[in-house]
Amino acid sequence: MKLHELTIKKANELLKKKEITAQELTEDILNRIDECESKIGAYVTIDKEGALKSAKSTDEKADFTDPLAGIPMSAKDNICTKNLKTTCCSRMLENFVPPYDATVISKLRERNAIILGKTNMDEFAIGSSTQTSFFHTTQNPWDLSRVPGGSSGGSAAAVASDECIYALGSDTGGSVRQPASYCGVVGLKPTYGRVSRFGVASLAATMDTIGPITKNVTDCAIVLSAIAGQDSFDPTSSDIPVDNYLQKLKNDVKGLKIGIPKELLYHEAVSKDVKDAVLNAIKVYEDLGCICEEISLKNAEYAMSAYLVTLAAEASSELGQYDGIRYGYRTSSDYQDLKDFYKKTRGEGFGFDVKWHIILGTYLSDEKYYDKYYLKAQKIRTIIKKDFDEAFKKYDFLITPTTPTTAFKIGESSDDPFKMHMNDLCVSIVNLAGLPAISLPCGFSKGLPVGLQIIGKAFDEAGILQVAYAFEQNNDYHTRRIKERMV
Amino acid sequence: MKYESVIGLEVHVELFTKTKIFCGCSTEFAADPNTHCCPICLGMPGALPLMNKSVVEFATKAGLALNCQIADFSRFDRKNYFYPDLPKAYQISQFYIPLARNGYVEIEPNGQKKRVGIRIMHMEEDAGKLVHEEGGSYSHLDLNRAGMPLIEIVSEPDMRSAEEAWLYLNNLRTILQYIEVSDCKIEEGSMRCDINISLRPEGSEQLGTRVEVKNLGSLRAVRRAIEFEEKRQRDILENGGTIDGETRRWDEAQGITIFMRGKGSNRYSPEPNLSPIIISDEWKEDIRNHIPELPNVKKERFIKEYGLPEYDASIITASKILANFYEETVKYYHDPKIISNWIMVELMNVLNETGEGIKDLKFTPKQLADMLIMIDKGIISGKIAKDVFREMFKTGKNPEEIVKEKNLIQISDEAELENIAKKVIENNPKSVEDYKNGKEKAMSFLVGQIMKETKGKANPQMVNSILTRLLKEI
Ligand SMILES: [Zn+2]
Repeated sequence: MKLHELTIKKANELLKKKEITAQELTEDILNRIDECESKIGAYVTIDKEGALKSAKSTDEKADFTDPLAGIPMSAKDNICTKNLKTTCCSRMLENFVPPYDATVISKLRERNAIILGKTNMDEFAIGSSTQTSFFHTTQNPWDLSRVPGGSSGGSAAAVASDECIYALGSDTGGSVRQPASYCGVVGLKPTYGRVSRFGVASLAATMDTIGPITKNVTDCAIVLSAIAGQDSFDPTSSDIPVDNYLQKLKNDVKGLKIGIPKELLYHEAVSKDVKDAVLNAIKVYEDLGCICEEISLKNAEYAMSAYLVTLAAEASSELGQYDGIRYGYRTSSDYQDLKDFYKKTRGEGFGFDVKWHIILGTYLSDEKYYDKYYLKAQKIRTIIKKDFDEAFKKYDFLITPTTPTTAFKIGESSDDPFKMHMNDLCVSIVNLAGLPAISLPCGFSKGLPVGLQIIGKAFDEAGILQVAYAFEQNNDYHTRRIKERMV
Repeated sequence: MKYESVIGLEVHVELFTKTKIFCGCSTEFAADPNTHCCPICLGMPGALPLMNKSVVEFATKAGLALNCQIADFSRFDRKNYFYPDLPKAYQISQFYIPLARNGYVEIEPNGQKKRVGIRIMHMEEDAGKLVHEEGGSYSHLDLNRAGMPLIEIVSEPDMRSAEEAWLYLNNLRTILQYIEVSDCKIEEGSMRCDINISLRPEGSEQLGTRVEVKNLGSLRAVRRAIEFEEKRQRDILENGGTIDGETRRWDEAQGITIFMRGKGSNRYSPEPNLSPIIISDEWKEDIRNHIPELPNVKKERFIKEYGLPEYDASIITASKILANFYEETVKYYHDPKIISNWIMVELMNVLNETGEGIKDLKFTPKQLADMLIMIDKGIISGKIAKDVFREMFKTGKNPEEIVKEKNLIQISDEAELENIAKKVIENNPKSVEDYKNGKEKAMSFLVGQIMKETKGKANPQMVNSILTRLLKEI
């Protein structure tokens, strides 16, 4: 087996046994990056020197008791890394170098993780395809003519093509789970407040979460253990104790009650192949002794609108800080006054989709329309949360497709924002409710991976990891990546 | 037609907590530009606000001192707008659910007690400062002030004149200084005031169109701006015009208000990164227990307890430090009115002359009391005491020491004074004759001569009686 194909767990075993060194592992992955990047384009910044340097010092410490020590990873480019460019894949921050680490990065550094670089994303995490990046489009490792999904497409593609052992992404409306699904890897969106958001450029502060993208469920549990927990720098982070996720991975799901929201599984946007793969997964759970029943999330049809309004309104406020005054892009053309300065700086610095959302959001959150749109969206949110609460009174978990279809072609349907957003239906409803959810491979359609989403109760990450683990133990979808991908 | 002014004030007060409202940066005044800044106050990607608990404490204290109801649940919102000194393009403020409501400040225009209502009082962060380059085509930006904790106090439109507004601001400032939440220095920007003013026909209940005046740099400017606006708006109305609802700024040099901008709408949205502010009854009571006696209560007490005239009491209690100084002196000296006289006259004089503040006083209440006792004991005369007082003010030395050093002890020796008196009588036969002819003035001239002879040290009562006796004998 090639080193870059290792999982966190395997690599850690070899490092512990001194069969490999962190430097060897890092070098191998850097070579893999050299080999793949011209076709995949998963990265926007690669820090060879930094990665090798920390691999060397980790080897010198020779302490691999922490499963992440010496393991090379990458982070989405909206997660701030000290002294390493963090651009949000926008012209606005093209040369921005943060003087601080995001909390998730500091936590990983403390564990001697090796940071390889920063991965491509939709500009400011707005999008579902990684096509709106200022730099380039990332290709799906399963089919180079297709998108990897978004907005954490670079992270998902990097994991799927073995250009890192694991990656971090951000998930505001499905941006970890959707690309994980398109790229045939595991992506977890934790409960809102489970993982610190400090140092991650905000998109919609009430929905943003940081989550791991990994090669299998075990690795996902390992990374989540490292990044979860209360952070004094993030007032919205929760003080609920962090479970021992790894210990709870047991192949025993007998008697668990699983609900299948019919509004999501039988939605017209869900393709036949995807539906079949999910139904097949349900069969697997039934065989393992779970009780699976169809249920109704009766207000699911309003979720997409509520999500879009919330996203646009919050994003328009969050993105105001990029004004060219203190840092970032500043117009080089002449301007007449302050207003003209802002117009030119922001007009030139932001791409189309970002501007589309800012303008929509500005309108939606204006004093005049606030009650009509933003407040109404928040009311729908409360109703949807209640629907989930009801469902979780009866069921331990809910299962849906992660995405209605498999990865679409690059350039396809990107001129229709609403249709693009329908791809996010099953995932974004989870962000509205703030719940944890995982996506893992559950089948294939015409050679492209299909994702299964498991939604849990708030802070029951241990539960969804266990349910996901049980499924993974009973098929080989997660290992086909190595055999069937294009690169 | 006669018009009546309807005036409301919006006052921003900087709280002097040690650190900023949402980060650990120092609030020190006049530091080098951009030295008290961090990713949070600079609005950098991913930076999140962290609530400073002492800001909530200070603000609650202010709310209680202003007789407000404190909300047990309040929340922060964002006010979204673009300006270079506003790093995040939104200001974190309280809009939908503020910390405090329904308070009042008492004023006494023309000796009549009146309450000016406080509609709301909320917490917010300050913006940075733009420093415009003289004659240049660019501006400097200092973000030390960005994130400084403020409270905004919005009054009801209860004031009817510049005088009432001035009294309200003065009392507001005194209260906030008393409870030690702010130094309220208008000149240094730690207290800032916007005026809302409209005119209506006298007797009308309806409000006229409101004009906002911003950028008031002193109490005097507030007064002048109101007077200017009253006249400007009256002139327009009397000529059949209508008032535009606009924002104007005060130009100190020209003494006029100038159009700044028309009415615009604001964008508010809940601040998602901060938890709601929950204030328990215990916490509130604890804060309430730390509120010292407020100026109006203290004033009434001084009148009752020390028998001071209302005027003295209001001047002495206008400053907490002065009031404390006074009360401390009372402990060491029996006559509160005499202490008040010395403070009202001599102390105020030297403070005015030197421009120093009460808090810089070098001498102690005990020393002042000792000096007054020396007068009573006849060791120094009242006149000499004035010199002693000035020396105490300058050096902080004990009065006994000053008297000794400068040889100021009063001459109370009967024989010595009689000798001097005799000499003066001998040298001034004209005055003696005038006195005999009933001219009382001549007596004081002779007393003056004796004082001159003794360099003011002669015991005045003794001089009087000795002179009277000697003149009678002639
Ligand atoms: Zn700061």
